[in-house]
Amino acid sequence: MSGRENILARIRAHAAAGEDEPARAARVEAHLGAHARGTVPARGQQDKAGRIALLRQILEGQSASVRELDALGAVPAEIADYLRRHNLAPRLGMGDDAALAGLDWGGANLELRHGRANAELESACSMAFAAVAESGTLVLTSGPDNPTSLNFMPDNHIIVLRADQVMGSYEDGWDALRAAFADGPPRTVNYVSGPSRTGDIEQTILLGAHGPRRLHVIIVK
Amino acid sequence: MHADTRHFRQAAGKALIDGQLQKALGNVKRGFIAKRAKARDALPEFDRLRDEARDIKIHTLAHLDLYLSRFEDKVKAAGGQVHWAETEAEAREAVLEICRAAGAKTVTKGKSMITEEIGLNAFLEQSELKVVETDLGEYLVQIRGETPSHIIAPAVHLNKEQIEHDFRERHKDLPPERQLSDPVQLVAEARQVLRQAFISADVGITGANFLIAETGQTVIVTNEGNGDLTQTLPKVHIVMASIEKAVPTLEDASTLIRVLARSATGQEISTYTTFSAGPRREGDPDGPQEFHVVLLDNGRSSVLGGPFQDMLRCIRCGACLNHCPIYQHVGGHAYGSVYPGPMGSVLTPLLQGVQEAAHLPYACTLCGRCEAVCPERIALPDMLRRWRARDFAAKPPLAGAKPALKLWAALAACPRAYQLVTGAAIRLLALLGGRKGRIGRLPLMGAWTKHRDLPAPQGQSFLAQWKAGRRK
Repeated sequence: MSGRENILARIRAHAAAGEDEPARAARVEAHLGAHARGTVPARGQQDKAGRIALLRQILEGQSASVRELDALGAVPAEIADYLRRHNLAPRLGMGDDAALAGLDWGGANLELRHGRANAELESACSMAFAAVAESGTLVLTSGPDNPTSLNFMPDNHIIVLRADQVMGSYEDGWDALRAAFADGPPRTVNYVSGPSRTGDIEQTILLGAHGPRRLHVIIVK
Repeated sequence: MHADTRHFRQAAGKALIDGQLQKALGNVKRGFIAKRAKARDALPEFDRLRDEARDIKIHTLAHLDLYLSRFEDKVKAAGGQVHWAETEAEAREAVLEICRAAGAKTVTKGKSMITEEIGLNAFLEQSELKVVETDLGEYLVQIRGETPSHIIAPAVHLNKEQIEHDFRERHKDLPPERQLSDPVQLVAEARQVLRQAFISADVGITGANFLIAETGQTVIVTNEGNGDLTQTLPKVHIVMASIEKAVPTLEDASTLIRVLARSATGQEISTYTTFSAGPRREGDPDGPQEFHVVLLDNGRSSVLGGPFQDMLRCIRCGACLNHCPIYQHVGGHAYGSVYPGPMGSVLTPLLQGVQEAAHLPYACTLCGRCEAVCPERIALPDMLRRWRARDFAAKPPLAGAKPALKLWAALAACPRAYQLVTGAAIRLLALLGGRKGRIGRLPLMGAWTKHRDLPAPQGQSFLAQWKAGRRK
């Protein structure tokens, strides 16, 4: 027998000795299919305004900055302003996301660099798939639209999301993901809940361990 | 596992008089414990979530074969490969084979206790591979030639002065005038050095906090983002995971994520939680070209169905270490095992054999704090007691222990004799205590009274007071 068969046989013998195999299989299928939720914290079950307020509050508590805008068209100017405020070059990495591609970046005097991140890229912008208010989390999905390396390589990461993408709980986020990706989840789903940090030196929290030192979140109404 | 657990007593003695270590351990109490308490208080549903987290694991372990099979199917469907390893050696070989097939020279690693368990770094280095740990704490212990002293904070035993010293010694191109006394400067230095490692690595190895059967996703949580750079940039990503990491659905994982970071670091959630399914897809501009999962058993399947099964619920948050009065005083290295603290003292005898790890279950006061904070509600003190009972039964009986216990049993079965004898003993001890009320030395109990006085009994026994109507 192979290692695989040995391991599975031992598990069966020890964990489920004498149990009816078809009944077990049925129980497992039922569990996998039900997507039953456990307790969802009350804070994750609020109306839209409450969700956005909570998302913002937790993100800011985690040293991210948050800006709310009325229209997507205002995003390039806000990003140009953000880069200026932090004395950063007006250059921005991004993928092929259609919502971002349709904006007037040239009008804000921003130079774009498309595709995956490289070592020189200082600032990048991604469109979030969703956000989860209960923990102040942005949900990003991999692919040509928003390459994963943009989330981790640059020093400054700017994430844009629409207000109606702010979910209350992780579970609401998974339901939205299942609806959007019928054939199974994308290669990578990233939960991002602030700029990179470490507590490995004397338990002092310091930002920018390996990933972005700054995280700026733009919520568009 | 290669660490030596047989010298706990000596190692603990040394640790207690190590000023540097004691200073560093002071951070554990101030940091982790207060932060967990704050996170718990901020979430009214926390204790209910702990119950649910426990139930999810109980259900999963009862059907672990089926959930692992489903996980494997889904990984394959996403274009990944699954390798099953019964032993440490098989797991090491599986990783090496993947590295060789990829023509790899350098490997970066995210934090993974399983790779510590199987001694992966030393093995790969013997095979001429360059291995770089990328979690800051892991990197620090790697350049010092040490092992992690905590399962989530590997360098918790170090102070910033030691780190500065190590960087100056190890990072050869560091100009001597460069300031490194501030932790901010230390982090910047590590970031720069490790960025190069990320970019040049051929293979990235991470662990997994969860394996999701429903989707075939592997999940890692980090605060630094090092795990993500480790798995996104090289052409091969290897996930090392032990079989009990499986959970059925994303909903189940969500419940576990809610208790994990709160128990570990007191965060609502770790900064980065990453769900990975297979290699780079068509059109993807980044991500690994190969995705491998190595599933390690290493004795775990035989623990199922037995008295230590509940240990397989452990999600490695480290709360039991942080809250353990023994760990707080001696740190992780004194245990001599890969997994220190209460969870390590239960797990190590299972992985390594009780003979090798016999000291560990005694490194415990049975105070119960570990069980009180465990997000999976694992009865760690009960299991430690069970190991002690096994160890006691396996040892040759202590001279005189058997007749003494028989005498005690006979007394306990006869209330009148029991009260007579204990009453006499109380009077004798009170006499020995004298006016101070403390006994400094007792015959046959020298080891106990060497470090503390025995308070002398005050007055009568509880039963005598009850009879006299003074207790109700």
